[in-house]
Amino acid sequence: MTERLPGFATLAIHAGAQPDPTTGARNTPIYQTTSFVFNDADHAASLFGLQAFGNIYTRIGNPTTAVLEERVAALEGGTAALAVASGHAAQVTALQQLLRPGDEFIAARKLYGGSINQFTHAFKSFGWNVVWADPDDISTFESAVTPRTKAIFIESIANPSGSVTDIEAISAVARKAGVPLIVDNTLASPYLIRPIDHGADIVLHSMTKFLGGHGNSIGGIIVDAGTFDWSRDNKYPVLSEPRPEYHGIKLQETFGNFAFAIACRVLGLRDLGAAISPFNSFLILTGIETLPLRMQKHCENAKAVAEWLSAHPAVASVNYAGLAGNRYNNLARKYAPKGAGALFTFTLKGGYDAGVNLVSNLRLFSHLANIGDTRSLVIHPASTTHSQLDDAQKIQAGAGPDLVRLSIGLEDKEDIIADLDQALRQ
Amino acid sequence: MNHDTYDDNYIRGILNGVKTIAMVGASPVNVRPSYFAFKYLAQRGYDMIPVNPGQVGKSLVGKPFVASLRDIGRPIDMVDIFRNSSVALSLVEEALTLDPLPKVIWMQLGVRNDEAAAKAEAAGLKVVMNRCPKIEYGRLSSEISWMGVNSRTLSSKRAPIPTQGMRLSLNRVSFGGGDTSAADRAAQGKKDPT
Repeated sequence: MTERLPGFATLAIHAGAQPDPTTGARNTPIYQTTSFVFNDADHAASLFGLQAFGNIYTRIGNPTTAVLEERVAALEGGTAALAVASGHAAQVTALQQLLRPGDEFIAARKLYGGSINQFTHAFKSFGWNVVWADPDDISTFESAVTPRTKAIFIESIANPSGSVTDIEAISAVARKAGVPLIVDNTLASPYLIRPIDHGADIVLHSMTKFLGGHGNSIGGIIVDAGTFDWSRDNKYPVLSEPRPEYHGIKLQETFGNFAFAIACRVLGLRDLGAAISPFNSFLILTGIETLPLRMQKHCENAKAVAEWLSAHPAVASVNYAGLAGNRYNNLARKYAPKGAGALFTFTLKGGYDAGVNLVSNLRLFSHLANIGDTRSLVIHPASTTHSQLDDAQKIQAGAGPDLVRLSIGLEDKEDIIADLDQALRQ
Repeated sequence: MNHDTYDDNYIRGILNGVKTIAMVGASPVNVRPSYFAFKYLAQRGYDMIPVNPGQVGKSLVGKPFVASLRDIGRPIDMVDIFRNSSVALSLVEEALTLDPLPKVIWMQLGVRNDEAAAKAEAAGLKVVMNRCPKIEYGRLSSEISWMGVNSRTLSSKRAPIPTQGMRLSLNRVSFGGGDTSAADRAAQGKKDPT
């Protein structure tokens, strides 16, 4: 007999958490400690040799953070997760397990500007070569595959364009190429899209955004879907070959379908060191408890604001996949039927100057470089998040000079619209 | 039965039910997975018997090695096969000569032999393949979540403090069972690589 399956909201509150064994504390305590004592020398050796489950040092793992990890793994439908210091840390930690100098990975052109920078500059200096493809033309992913390709990287909903990616079509390319599909699910959150259900092998988040949801903590996470066979050929020696520092154990042989998450922890986090603070883990955990409620309201508000802007005479175009007639509306209906998210862009008939004026005149919206806050946020990507890209890259990334990005918050939608209205009148 | 995925209740029933486990292919080398799986299960209160003809005369965490299942000389509940898939059939055939029969054949992570499984099931034994009892015990008792693993269980009861030789609660409420679309896809990917 199969047991009852709890729903998403139940998991958002309960998964990974259990009353504290020592004190009975119901909410997850903040284990603000660097280190954990060993029972004895044998226990210490077992932990260091990956022979026993347990806590050693907060750079490698922490009980507060472990609750966060299990919760996000449950919400995404993965086998395990590893929380790290930021979304960027998640990207470098995940890819470090897959790529060696001279290897390639294919990435969608439509990505967060910071990711484009990281891939173009930092990763290139590691010898990891990004090959760009167009998520609106799947054949560009197919033609980018070479024998050195080790992964494909996309965003489920792209930042800043808000466009929805055809995850299943790109997953088919990844399967044919024998490489894992990595999906950054930051903008959708697992409430709107669960990429693993559509063929993702690894899911990443900047938890700074909707998972945390309150604009108070930086964090990232790597979710292992448990779907990829790392030992099928010799492409991924980190997972399939003996690890000399761990007495020759093979990670996939020893840990099975959560070996990738273990590799990210015991190799990536151990060596790159981008650990999340237990306090940030606590704040993000608290945020996740209301994720379903918040995402519903974010989507409801965003749709109302996008519809209002569409009818405004000063507005040239509104790019929100949740609007009927939008280029991505069919993909949004398929992948994100509960709503197309809180983020979208629009352009003003007055061009660049009108965009700058709007940002200056808003009173409720905050002008800053974040998204996924309770507060409504605005930014002009061309002069900020995407300013380090050249003009062609800006347009390819969906961040042209005349474009304004909004992250719609949880305020009353009438107040959000009133603020845009007064700013557009000036 | 389907051996690509298992319902949590099936695994839980086995781990709660068995007491005596013979581990075939147990290694005395303390960095081998069989060694630390053996040690973990012994510390969780199972009566563990190491089976390895090359190690007779030695012992593993205080338990003397025996050469074969027939040499154990007392009833066993479960045979845990820590050997290559190719020898699983002959081990099952040996297990089926025991009297009384063991109740469970468990093949370790990476070990799968469908012919051996069918033979054991025809004799009324339960079979688990391509799983690690240490991982499954850790997952169902929530202990493994110390490593960020999705235990697929929930509980509002105070967690037990794990100590040596105690049995953790394996009675948390499961969600998702073994039947997730991702698990199916993983199994499919291994069977027919594209």
